[in-house]
Amino acid sequence: MNLLKLSWKYLTHRPLTTGLNVFLLSLGLAIITVLLLVQDQFEKKMTQDAEGIDLVVGAKGSPLQLILSSVYHVDFPTGNIPMEEAIRLSRSRLVKQTIPLALGDNFQGYRIVGTNHDYLTLYQAVFSEGEAWNEPFEVVLGAVVAEKSGFKVGDSFSGSHGISEGSHDHDEHAFRVVGILEPKGNVLDRLVLTSIESVWFTHDESETKDESSENESDHHEKFHQEVAKTGFPESDQEREVTSLLVQYRSPMAAVQLPRMINSNTSMQAASPSFEISRLFELLGVGVKILEGLAYVLIIISGLGIFIALYNSLKERRYDLAVLRAIGASRFQLLLLILMEGLALTFLGSILGILLGHVFLAALASQNETGVGAGLEAWIFLPAELWIVIYALGVGLVGSLLPAWSAYRTSIADQLMKK
Amino acid sequence: MLFHTKDLQFAHPGQSDYHFPDIALDAGESLLVLGKSGSGKTTLLNLIAGLLAPKSGTVVLDGVEVNALQGVKADRFRGENIGFVFQKPHLLAPLSVKENLQMARYFSKKKGLGLESLLEELSLTSKANSSVSSLSEGEAQRVSIARALINRPRLILADEPTSSLDDENAHKVIDLLQKQAEKIEAALIIVTHDQRVKDQISNFIQVQPS
Repeated sequence: MNLLKLSWKYLTHRPLTTGLNVFLLSLGLAIITVLLLVQDQFEKKMTQDAEGIDLVVGAKGSPLQLILSSVYHVDFPTGNIPMEEAIRLSRSRLVKQTIPLALGDNFQGYRIVGTNHDYLTLYQAVFSEGEAWNEPFEVVLGAVVAEKSGFKVGDSFSGSHGISEGSHDHDEHAFRVVGILEPKGNVLDRLVLTSIESVWFTHDESETKDESSENESDHHEKFHQEVAKTGFPESDQEREVTSLLVQYRSPMAAVQLPRMINSNTSMQAASPSFEISRLFELLGVGVKILEGLAYVLIIISGLGIFIALYNSLKERRYDLAVLRAIGASRFQLLLLILMEGLALTFLGSILGILLGHVFLAALASQNETGVGAGLEAWIFLPAELWIVIYALGVGLVGSLLPAWSAYRTSIADQLMKK
Repeated sequence: MLFHTKDLQFAHPGQSDYHFPDIALDAGESLLVLGKSGSGKTTLLNLIAGLLAPKSGTVVLDGVEVNALQGVKADRFRGENIGFVFQKPHLLAPLSVKENLQMARYFSKKKGLGLESLLEELSLTSKANSSVSSLSEGEAQRVSIARALINRPRLILADEPTSSLDDENAHKVIDLLQKQAEKIEAALIIVTHDQRVKDQISNFIQVQPS
């Protein structure tokens, strides 16, 4: 037997009080853990996915929405822009590179993105199977999409209209899988990538379906032409794209280009880094409230620990006196009570951190194509160590007064009370 | 002489002084301290154990002046050399019988009695792993005696050990205390107002308020 064992025995001797305090504390700490993890991963993911994109140009509307839809593929696109205007912009001397995106369809909730091979290069995509698209209706699947759908190279499927699940299907012309990407933990994992032509033709089909006036051979020819690997696809019609991802040629562009686009064209320009920091600012209020709630829970549990120890002390006056009688020093009694408080909070913090991770795992699995997707629940941060230290601090403060009172137990008074 | 006190005096604040008769005991000897309640016999017990500081006088156990020890030294000395038996067993409820004894051993660095043989001697072997709350009153009292003995103390102090027991059990407890004290060559001091004990231990002092 030693003091640690004894304090543990006392804790388990009143399982309900101990359990309640551990639970309260762990709830507070779980919230903090989740906030920590989400904040860390969100910021990382957000920065990672926006790397190499200086500016996003799209239809006028909410700039944040434009960024969310074109960079992170979570919100709805703001609309389309005429390709002609996009091409004109791409020729500007301020622009180093543009990548056009055509959005609008999905496959089982995973977005189908029409783009060119530069998009793959931007994210340094690596193929685990197959290769990039060459013809219309050839697609490359992100790792997660491939895993969830079970598709291999050579399989076909048809997309649905709209960017979320449940709209009508484009079953006139099926997509054929030609490549599958390796998982990288970025936004590509959850995308279906194809050429802009594929997206156009899918929608041409649905519009001209009833007329069936189109020349069959012309049709056939069109569908087997090579698509544009870089830059904009060629077209004899007036075409639209959803947005452009722009890389500046020089720092000067950051000053001039957005203003130029916003005032002189029908398009709008939005900077990912600016919009994301704005988003975090907006979310900040909610995070603050949650944080506050967590701290309230932790303070309550600290109080709970204090009250539990203090009450148990009343019942244990005699026990403490007996311990002194059989040779325990005052300091050992102080340690005994402190250790109870610390053991309680240590348990609470371990449970809280686990709970936080489990909660995040549940959140991530509930939300496969949305914002919560790709959150890694089982990454442990160094900051979590601080949670443990913080909790132990709470335990120490909560048990200080009871421990002091134990320290001052007078054996003579207690033992001789009849 | 294993144990003796000399000119012990004690003053409760605002009360007249207590003067205690001198005590001298050899190893294996027993002594009753008799007196009515309020006579100061509990105070004497506290003085002997070093739990209270006397106004004057000395308590010497095994050549060590008990009331000169302070702090951790006093605690250690108490744990190793004085065994307490209280009116009620006062075992630590979260612990088993065995753990209660091990706890007493933890605070002493001295090699004490064998735990198993002690339990057997007090017919507690079958209860070694039982929860303390499952013991009968007699068993619990025996465990508390075992706890007092485990560190092989030189002095056993018993405070009203029989007052809540019937004649038969009271007799047994005193008998047990005496035998064990003799066996480990400790002095035994029993503070009581229970006249039944006088039949077993003839050596006594009377404490009276002066």
